Amino acid sequence: MTNPPAAPPAIRAAGLDVALSGVPIVRGVDLEVAAGEAVAILGNNGSGKTTLMRAVLGLTAHRGLVELFGTPLDRFRDWARVGYVPQRSGILVQQATAREVVASGRLGRRRAFRPETAADKAAILDSLDAVALAERAGDRFARLSGGQQQRVLIARALASQADLMVWDEPLAGVDHVTQSLLAGVAENLKARGTTIVMVLHEIGPFASVLDRAVLVRDGRIGPHVPHPAHRHGGHESDDLADNPAVTGLEAV
Amino acid sequence: MEWLSLEFMQRAILAALITGVMAPAIGTYIVQRRLSLLGDGLGHLAVAGVGLALLTGTAPLPLAIVVCVAGAIAIELLREAGRAQGDVGLAILFYGGLSGGLLLAGLAGQGAGTLAGYLFGSLLTVGAPDLWVIAVLGLVVLVVSIGLMPQLFAVSADEPFARTIGLPVRVLNILVVALAAITVTVSMRTVGLLLVSALMVVPVSTANQVVTGFRRGMFAAMGVGAVAAVSGTIGSYYLDTAPGALIVVIAILLFAASWPLSRLLQGDSTAPRQVGSPDDEATRQKVPEEHPHVHGPNCGHRAVEHAGHVDYVHDGHRHAAHEDHYDEH
Repeated sequence: MTNPPAAPPAIRAAGLDVALSGVPIVRGVDLEVAAGEAVAILGNNGSGKTTLMRAVLGLTAHRGLVELFGTPLDRFRDWARVGYVPQRSGILVQQATAREVVASGRLGRRRAFRPETAADKAAILDSLDAVALAERAGDRFARLSGGQQQRVLIARALASQADLMVWDEPLAGVDHVTQSLLAGVAENLKARGTTIVMVLHEIGPFASVLDRAVLVRDGRIGPHVPHPAHRHGGHESDDLADNPAVTGLEAV
Repeated sequence: MEWLSLEFMQRAILAALITGVMAPAIGTYIVQRRLSLLGDGLGHLAVAGVGLALLTGTAPLPLAIVVCVAGAIAIELLREAGRAQGDVGLAILFYGGLSGGLLLAGLAGQGAGTLAGYLFGSLLTVGAPDLWVIAVLGLVVLVVSIGLMPQLFAVSADEPFARTIGLPVRVLNILVVALAAITVTVSMRTVGLLLVSALMVVPVSTANQVVTGFRRGMFAAMGVGAVAAVSGTIGSYYLDTAPGALIVVIAILLFAASWPLSRLLQGDSTAPRQVGSPDDEATRQKVPEEHPHVHGPNCGHRAVEHAGHVDYVHDGHRHAAHEDHYDEH
């Protein structure tokens, strides 16, 4: 499933500035992510990559232009099209089950005071299944391991059946089995035409999914890194990691 | 059972039942956001409304509700603007409410004795019109707490996510504190303004000991709250005490009883418990710490089954015996 060429970019930011408590964090960023594209936002701790994505999603005050699917952010209402996976640390959940957390992902499509529909229930189950946690659905979220919690948050975003996924550091504190599982999830999304933007420290297991990487350094966007094996199949998996711009970043 | 035929007791028990159910319902969201002491502060604010009513000679309940809800909304707007993490501002607001209420009551020629009936509850003072207000507002709080459970849960658990899914986060946040303010005020004749916060928090913690899940936890907490409120009200008739005190003591006793019960439900805490498969982050390294004992079934550290062997939970990490040392898992 490919988007028609006329489809507006999933994300368009121009001249984006964000200051937190007076400190400039994001400075004059221009960013465009085409519909169906998979892009990594790379950078060191404190480089501004998370703040950049939060601004794009309207979670933090900013100056400059942001459009989602061609609509300026302040007029954008179609939030069911966005699936956000924030960093795990910000979540306050004590007794809720994994299923209850994932069910929140349906709220963009549910009306208030109405029970879950059959479609809601199916989407919640499918999403838990996609991250291999169907049998932990009734377990307390807080008692799951870090990797399992990350998978629940990904499932919550999957449940929205969004066209645009924004994942913030999905690999933080996650073991290798979960890493390759998440890469599989991303690959399935990409095959369905979902736009994917990931804030990452390193490309790691996502090399075969990503079309390109954007480097954020000190709040500014660095050189774009085109994926050398873009949509040619075959030997793509290690090429991006061999790119000096990307490997150089890990060494910093 | 003579109390059953007394009209004031019938009203008091009904009011207590409504309070006992609604306080944990809204309290579940308050506890989820780690604002357990918010109810206490709102109780202080409501005292100002009571004092104002005593001075002006109007009915205390409606005026206290108006003052408390307005204060709660102001607090939420301050929190949203990022100003209220300075909890000094909140403290000033709360103690201003309490002292202002006492002062106004004094000016009205009413001593602390009159106020005590509002601070700790009073069986004799639930009038028929009050009961109607309590019933209607109780119904509103319950309909919203249960009907909007998925939305309110999402906002309490993860506000950024709730925003990106298009929920009206500000409206929902204000709704929670406003409902909490209503609950606090409505409870002033049963548990009383200074103790109602306990009924919003303690049954929720009790339920969390014994059931899993947000929804089930909320309903269990409502049941616990109802039992504590009704039995405390009846008991206070016999003991001739303020109902609030007994209600809260019973709630705390139920909480204490839930500890051994949760152990029972989860099995023996020292028995091996499957917490993770080998896909858990298992970093293996030698542990340099001193070990005064050898981990075993009775060493007091929780045993955890892990990838075919048993680890012992030790200061937040897991130890696995390996020859002469422990590997850290």
